[in-house]
This record gives sequence, C-alpha cells and structure tokens, in this order.
Amino acid sequence: MANAPAGGITPTHDTGTRVTQVFGTLAALGVAWLCAFGLLFSPADRDQRESVRIMYVHVPSAWVAYLAFGVTAVASALYLLRSSHSLTWDRLAGASAEIGVLFMGVTLVTGMLWGRLSWGVFWTWDARLTLTAFLFVTFLGYLAVRRLGGTQHQRAKRSAVLAMLGVLEIPLVHFSVRLWRSLHQDATVARIDGDPDLDGLMLFSLFVGLIAFTLLYVWLVIHRQRALVLEDALDDHGLDAALVERRAEAALQGGGR
Amino acid sequence: MEDAGFVIGSYVVVLGGIAVYAATMISRARRLARRVPDADKPWT
Repeated sequence: MANAPAGGITPTHDTGTRVTQVFGTLAALGVAWLCAFGLLFSPADRDQRESVRIMYVHVPSAWVAYLAFGVTAVASALYLLRSSHSLTWDRLAGASAEIGVLFMGVTLVTGMLWGRLSWGVFWTWDARLTLTAFLFVTFLGYLAVRRLGGTQHQRAKRSAVLAMLGVLEIPLVHFSVRLWRSLHQDATVARIDGDPDLDGLMLFSLFVGLIAFTLLYVWLVIHRQRALVLEDALDDHGLDAALVERRAEAALQGGGR
Repeated sequence: MEDAGFVIGSYVVVLGGIAVYAATMISRARRLARRVPDADKPWT
C-alpha cells in the first residue's frame, strides 16, 4: 500500500503489504461471521439464556490475550538467549504485549457485563477475576517499562525479563477456578477431560470467534511491529543528527581556540 | 432479545475498542512512514 509523502514527490510505503491485506480481509470476514452467529444464529442457553452470547466475544478475547502474552514471553526469551540479540524479537514482544493488554482489557469489561447478568454484580474479588486484573496490570507495567529511557537494547533486556516473569501468571489465572473455590465457571472448552461442555451451533459460534480474533491479532501485531521499526528508525536518525550537530559544535569551538 | 443492552454493549466494547486501537495505530504508523526512508522498512 503506497502513500504520497508530505512533499508529494516520492511515494513511500507504510506498514501495509499484501500479507496484511489478506489477514485484514480474513479477520473482517471472520468478525462479520462472529456477529451473525453470536447475535443471531446461535440459540439461547437453557440456564444463562441470551446472556450466553457474551461468551462468543469474552472467551476469544481472553484467548488472544493469553496468546499475545505467550508470544511476548517467547520473543523475549529469543531476544535474550540468541547471540545476535536481534531487536526484531524485542519489537515483536512489545507489539504483542500492547495488543494483549487491549484484549485483556476488553475481557475484563465483557466479564463485568456478563457477571452483572449472571451473579448480580459487576465485580467481586474472586480468585479468577482478581488474578486476571493482576495479569492486566502486570503487562500495563511491562508497557510502562518499555517507555523508560536508555538505549533500545537496554529497553529490550529489562522488558524481556519482566515479560518472562509476567507470563508465569497465565497458568495461575487459567487454573484458578480449580485451585480455589471460585464464583467463575470452570473452563467450557479447554477442559482436562477434552470433552467440551458445549454442543452444536454454540460450539461452532465460539470457534468462529476464536478464529476471527486470532486473525485480528496476527493482523494487528504485524502492523504494530512494523510501526515499532519506524519509531526505532526515527530514534536512530534523531540520535545521528544530534551527534553530527554536537561534533560540528565541538569542531567550531576547537577552531576558535 | 432479553438483556439486549448488556449483550450488544459487550460486542460494541470489544469491536469498538479494537477498531479505535487499530485506526489510531495505523494512522500513527502512516505519519511515521512518511518520515522514514524506504531503506529502513525491511518489509518493502
């Protein structure tokens, strides 16, 4: 995808390519299918009635948040462990964490709406809810740490350590409903016995949501990772310009003595 | 639909939140792309 620059002379490229167009189109189609199945075609639940429709956006949002934080941790480990210490892994980690925070945030909000209908309250200090909020805050902190000063490699090292610690909370969040007496229901699909507690159109609608949101994640993470490349390139150019300016000043001062 | 406000509200929060984030991020990326030469964009 080409954009005309401010000067309007040389075309420049933004973060879109054929790959992002394909993922973006598939994600948009997936979201349209999700809305059709989630809001119209899937039946109401016997116990939860119409409020079960929130599940088709709540569960996929939580899944993408887990996936995003997992990718952040793996990319962080690859940055630290590989001898090249490539900033590509660091940017992938940062991009994925930002999108994970977005999806974790909407998971919390949709969970509150669903909780109001199921339990009568928006929030309760239940183990699953509290740990999910803690995971959200941990990765918000991760994003804050990425914005501290220093070089790009200093940023990468300190945030990688935090990501690898933060991701350890995910199994705790997922199994919290079994470890403690939780108000939150047990896993519906990712069950230990491998037998989903949903059938027919409801299970299909949930899988449509999982696929659509995974495609959305891939599309967003490619764009965000490329935007981080641009931000780092501008930082480098700014630093180069400042060094040239400083050397010119030093040369002038030296010549004046 | 019973509880339509909560159900539709949850879809609006999720899809609206993602749409706002995507629009903001891509528009910022486009602004940055104009200031960076294509040589620094490995995907081009």
